[in-house]
Amino acid sequence: MKEIIAFPHLGSYCHPIKRLLKNTTNQKVMDTPQITKKTINMGSKYSPDSVCVPFKYNLGNYIEALEQGATVLIQAGGGCRYRYYAEVQETILRDLGYEFKFIQIIGKSHLRLNEIYKLLKKLNPKLKKRKLIHELITTFFYIKYLDKIEELIRERIGFEEKKNSFIKLKNNFLKEADKTKGFLSLKRCFFKYKRKIKKVKINKPKNCIKVGIIGELYTAMEPFSTYELEKMLASYHVEIKRFTNLTYLLWKKALFAPYIKWKSKRYCKYKLGADGLDNVYRTLWLSKHKFDGIIHTKPTGCTPEIGAIPIIMRVAKEKKMPIIFLSFDEQTSNEGLKTRIEAFYDLLSIRKEEENERIHRN
Amino acid sequence: MKTVGLPKGLLYYRYETLWKSFFKALNVPVMVSEESNLLLLEKGKKKSIDEACLSLKLFIGHVESLKNKCDYVLVPRIYSLEKDEQVCTNFNCLYDLIKNVYPELNILNYNIDVKHHKSEKKAFIAMGNTLGFSKLKSKKAYAFAKSQEKIEKEKKEQNQNIKLKTNKKKILILGHPYNTKDCLIGKSITDFLSNYPVEIIYSDIFNEKLVNKYAKKISPKVHWTMNKELLASFMYYKDKVDGVIVISAFPCGPDSLTNEMILRKKANAKVLLLTFEELNSNIALLTRLESFLDMLKGGIHL
Repeated sequence: MKEIIAFPHLGSYCHPIKRLLKNTTNQKVMDTPQITKKTINMGSKYSPDSVCVPFKYNLGNYIEALEQGATVLIQAGGGCRYRYYAEVQETILRDLGYEFKFIQIIGKSHLRLNEIYKLLKKLNPKLKKRKLIHELITTFFYIKYLDKIEELIRERIGFEEKKNSFIKLKNNFLKEADKTKGFLSLKRCFFKYKRKIKKVKINKPKNCIKVGIIGELYTAMEPFSTYELEKMLASYHVEIKRFTNLTYLLWKKALFAPYIKWKSKRYCKYKLGADGLDNVYRTLWLSKHKFDGIIHTKPTGCTPEIGAIPIIMRVAKEKKMPIIFLSFDEQTSNEGLKTRIEAFYDLLSIRKEEENERIHRN
Repeated sequence: MKTVGLPKGLLYYRYETLWKSFFKALNVPVMVSEESNLLLLEKGKKKSIDEACLSLKLFIGHVESLKNKCDYVLVPRIYSLEKDEQVCTNFNCLYDLIKNVYPELNILNYNIDVKHHKSEKKAFIAMGNTLGFSKLKSKKAYAFAKSQEKIEKEKKEQNQNIKLKTNKKKILILGHPYNTKDCLIGKSITDFLSNYPVEIIYSDIFNEKLVNKYAKKISPKVHWTMNKELLASFMYYKDKVDGVIVISAFPCGPDSLTNEMILRKKANAKVLLLTFEELNSNIALLTRLESFLDMLKGGIHL
């Protein structure tokens, strides 16, 4: 009998991950049901009270997947509480009476090829190392291309003339990229859509408002957890810059760590844990590159960010950057968020106007 | 001679003997901040953000109270105490956090990061260096402090073993020592319990060599060194005591998950979970404690 593999949602990264698992394990990979209100309600019902929100989303995803017949669940791990998610979630799901196999990809603090190979070999005994490396490289490039396309879209989406033209293009890209077989056709597909995106008509004023999104990784990458904050910002005609994506987390972070530490040495002597120091550096970067405002997102009770916030506050105060801190929990109404973003936008636009006047006068 | 201030919060309770005897060997006068009280908490709350955990707020309050009284304030930074393990990220950023909240404060700092080959010994020698002592002197002082810590630990363990053999009802207080021994958090519980004929067992008095063996039984993958010790000591004492009181501060990151593991894998043990917030009165708490004690006795006797 074929196993059915499921994994929690994280933005549109389910496409590359699904492709990787499908090609390496030869088992059936399930489309985990989309995150809805029901998902988060289920997740928070069975998870401990004061745990951070990504845990609840993931647990909700698992429960919904198990109810649709999944037999193998996959979880990753990271620097903070995330590394311990897997074990607690497994215990909770077993207590609920489900039967499944649970696999944690990053059990220790680093991603290692041999570990992944051993884990996937359990699912597919015929798997060869060469095949896995090939698939991993293709997946890495898929993720990189996807991030590039999203980055391009984020710069333009606030100024599109025809509504939804970018979202349509992105969906088409994902559809086509899923069907590609090799690395070269994937690359061709990426360049085709890159050209298409650049051709879409936009009316972008020269001095538009630019906003940077920093903060914790899950709220940055999963749009549902922030009530689609980026879409909301786009409706105000704002250019968005976001740093955290899988490309960054998988290899850029390790590569740039010494540079980031050196750049932010005025404020921090050590690494702050998880993405703390990165966010301090990003605040500096955004103020240096003349961005108008910063939005910091995190789930309630995220310990690394709580440690970093006083430092970020000091940096923003010294550089005179407007910054807004948003905490997200399992509530799903976005009215409160709308008011705060609106007020923040008003603040930014007033500042921008004053700045323009000053330039004109001189 | 310059005085070093020790804020009485977070790591103080773990390293008390080590720090005090290290500075004693170097002839450096030490000043410990007062016991935590509501005024101190109020000061800490003002300086920290809302979502920070209660213990961190108290720690900032302690630093504030030492601010102008001594030349240095000791704020260590810990990344990992064991290879492939971590501690709560609050300890990762503790130094930088205090430095940014109080930019003018003179901070005495050491850094333990076993994962990147920075051991405790190296850290203490570097700290001695910043105080102006030679390498040899601080090495000797560290060795002395370590031996003192060992003696103290053995003494405590012996006491605990004697307590375990008595016929009275025994209650295990489980929690980080900075919570269980703090005046505002855990001490109110132990003070209340001392009115009753029960023996109090502390979870932090526990043989280090047994940690891995017992932690494996409850949770093989836990990666926080301090919480691993808690889980191990829970498994070790579980059958030897009558009841367990779990104390944690709100919103503690690692505890939120490990407490769940304790509650799910406790089997027959009787566990009371108490989470502390910035409350001014502990009446509600005492009611819960009383009913827990009644339950241990085997029901309410009218």
